[in-house]
Amino acid sequence: MRAILSRLAGALPTLCGVVLVTFLLTRVLPGDTATYFAGPTASAESIAQIRASLGLDLPLAEQFWRYIVALSHGDLGMSLTTGQPVRAELINRLPASAELTLCGLFLAIGIAVPLGVLAAVRQGSFIDHVCRVVATAGVSLPVFFTGLLLVYVFYFLLGWVPAPLGRLDAFATAPRQITGFYLIDTLLTGDTETFRAAAAQIVLPAITLALFALAPIARITRASMLAVLGSEFIRTARASGLSNTTVVVTYALRNALLPVITVLGMVFSFLLGANVLVEKVFAWPGIGSFAVEALIASDYAPVQGFVLTMAVLYVLLNLGIDLLNRAIDPRARRGA
Amino acid sequence: MKRRDFLKTAAGAAALSAPVVHRAAAQPAPTRNETLILVQEYGPNSMDMQGIGSAQPVNGVSLNCYDTLLRFKRVPFGTDGTMTHDLKDYEPGLAESWQVASDGMSCTFKLRENARFHSKRPVAAKDVKWSMDRAVSIGGFATTQMAAGSLEKPEQFVALDDKTFRIDFVRRDKLTMPNLGVTIPFVFDSETAIANANGDPWAKDYLKNNIAGSGAFKVESWKPGTETIYVRNDDWACGPLPKLRRVITRDVPSPSTRRALIERGDADISYGLPPKDFKDLAEAGKVRVAAVPVPNAIWYVALNSVNPPFNDVRMRQAVAWAIPYEKIMSAALFGRGVKMWGGPEKVEKIGWPVPFHYDTNIEKAKALVAAATNGAGASTSLVFDAGSATIAEPMAVLVQESLAQIGIKVELNKIPGANFRGELNKKTAPMVINRFGGWLDWPDYFFFWNYHGKNSIFNVGSYQNPAMDKLIDGARFAADAATYEADVRGFLQMAMTEVPMIPICQPFHDVAMQKYMGGYVYWPSREPDFRFLTKNA
Repeated sequence: MRAILSRLAGALPTLCGVVLVTFLLTRVLPGDTATYFAGPTASAESIAQIRASLGLDLPLAEQFWRYIVALSHGDLGMSLTTGQPVRAELINRLPASAELTLCGLFLAIGIAVPLGVLAAVRQGSFIDHVCRVVATAGVSLPVFFTGLLLVYVFYFLLGWVPAPLGRLDAFATAPRQITGFYLIDTLLTGDTETFRAAAAQIVLPAITLALFALAPIARITRASMLAVLGSEFIRTARASGLSNTTVVVTYALRNALLPVITVLGMVFSFLLGANVLVEKVFAWPGIGSFAVEALIASDYAPVQGFVLTMAVLYVLLNLGIDLLNRAIDPRARRGA
Repeated sequence: MKRRDFLKTAAGAAALSAPVVHRAAAQPAPTRNETLILVQEYGPNSMDMQGIGSAQPVNGVSLNCYDTLLRFKRVPFGTDGTMTHDLKDYEPGLAESWQVASDGMSCTFKLRENARFHSKRPVAAKDVKWSMDRAVSIGGFATTQMAAGSLEKPEQFVALDDKTFRIDFVRRDKLTMPNLGVTIPFVFDSETAIANANGDPWAKDYLKNNIAGSGAFKVESWKPGTETIYVRNDDWACGPLPKLRRVITRDVPSPSTRRALIERGDADISYGLPPKDFKDLAEAGKVRVAAVPVPNAIWYVALNSVNPPFNDVRMRQAVAWAIPYEKIMSAALFGRGVKMWGGPEKVEKIGWPVPFHYDTNIEKAKALVAAATNGAGASTSLVFDAGSATIAEPMAVLVQESLAQIGIKVELNKIPGANFRGELNKKTAPMVINRFGGWLDWPDYFFFWNYHGKNSIFNVGSYQNPAMDKLIDGARFAADAATYEADVRGFLQMAMTEVPMIPICQPFHDVAMQKYMGGYVYWPSREPDFRFLTKNA
């Protein structure tokens, strides 16, 4: 418990740094919010009016002070692009991104870990080459390309999946918000029809993300398994006449999982922010597309809110991974 | 698919039982034929078009959920059932009749007796007054647009009694009446707005998130960035009851996905595709592409007429002779527009836009550059908006290639959307590719913004010429048709010779829709109007 608290305390300077840097960065970026939102036929006076109403005419230090004061009240400001409070937007959109990312990640783990293990056990075999090809293809195909390709084949040509219209098709109604994850909320409320609708919508974008996440997981599983399989305790286990399955699954895999889990944490946080393009192709109302839209419009508050949220998530995620590592590896429990 | 089949069956059943079912208390749920699905790049960021920072789609909220005093008459365009509008001919909106005073300095409006807000309260003259006062006082775009029709201060608006309303004109301005039909001077339920205003005289926060109007539709659900759902207001008094009862608009950012949706038949209407997609769809013929040339709008190349090298008129003319018009039309715009080159040398048509007399003639252009620079040539840069790069980028590359042939070296400078306006405001960019269109389709209106020495942000070339200003001002407030025509002819001719802006084409406003859609109207705001749309799937 003390370890958790001290870890959290250690994250505070990071968060302060993030707040300061995002604030400064959004101000340093070229682009004039007021001119952008003044719209067509804006006169110099109306631009000045807008600038004043947004508080953008104040000195930088005062703007920062106002931002910090608002932040301490949990107020992340207003998004000009959607006209809503940033906090409400993030709360609405984070579950959408998280649900999609988690689905993609689990799918990727389900394929990549066995693939990596097999590739390591049968090094140089056919399966090893498959693993290499999948990993290379996965990282080298841009997600929007795989996304569009999947839409073209499975929606446009074959018609197997519903229209890529976001989390639910146009006629379904969203379930009552409990966790914000449609797949869970629909089951909790016993609405199997909406569950099926939500599941059908998420299949394609999740596969797209999974293809992208496959590569690092498969590669690291393979490398880490190879290292473990070559170590002495495995030789001892084999010499003791343990069955191959016991050696590979119980002894080797458990030891090989440590770096895999560390990588999973990174892949997750990376996917959460980087699935912007998938969100665009599938009209998925997530935070990535929200932040990018805001950035293009020089809309500061959502960008700051987004970066701050991601930073907090990242800190929590790292904490979670450390705890998981401790559970898996007794050595990690001692020492620091 | 199953759900859809079910809906079809339900629609059939409803049609069969229609004769016995009266429009009674319990209405059946809207059928598939009464439900529209529209996909667009992004939806409204506010419910209040008068509010500061409202994006383009908010015009649609204004059209469908609010009423104006009068509406432009709809007129057929082409043969495919598409409608456009006449800015000089009006039909009743909230006002059932109106009368311009004999001295031409005011107009009195009689409001409809039976018009009610969504709150069921009858629409009164004080609501109209409050809404007009708001539009001229709130600042930003709304106030600028009102001023474009000489609607400038609250004293101009008078509520005579409950149902009579008068606007006093500050000057005779032919744009005053048409400006009452656009999406800014719409009428709020002032009691509801004030009751929820929390002390703000214009209830900005409340109206940004809520509809308080009398329009044909109400907003049932609004999830910014995702979806907006409209339902019909069955008590709408300002026109025939809309055929659609429910409209679902979804924000689908990827144009490829929007195209797939319309081609697969999962969307009824798809907005805002790249010109290439519209060309493909129109040629394939599976869906209807309603194309209306945007009145008053052009794609153009602007040349900075204050700074070198284009402060020399010969250099500007050289560029006008060197633009590869045909190539741009086919490779950047895919034919989705009306050509604005190769016209007569003397202005014939009084209007805007008109084709200029330039065409691609490299020899002529070379000679002009050689004369202006003593054979030295020039180098410069060309700015365009990354937000419209689909069209502007290929255009810029073609211009660059062509100008290299006449000794002008061009560096391309693509600027992100948020910075583009700022760049225009600096007034220093030597060459800019841009598009402009005013809502009010008068040549002098376009010229006032784009050529006048008042040097608005849209006078991209910073063109300043007192003779030009005199002609524009003359036309704006001309007392009779002959003076007007002479002034317009004058400034058009001057624009052709001086070329601070080189028109390339008048773009189409394209909308892709299923063949069963009817009643599509093109309005100045370019947003979809659900009131007249019909669906016969």
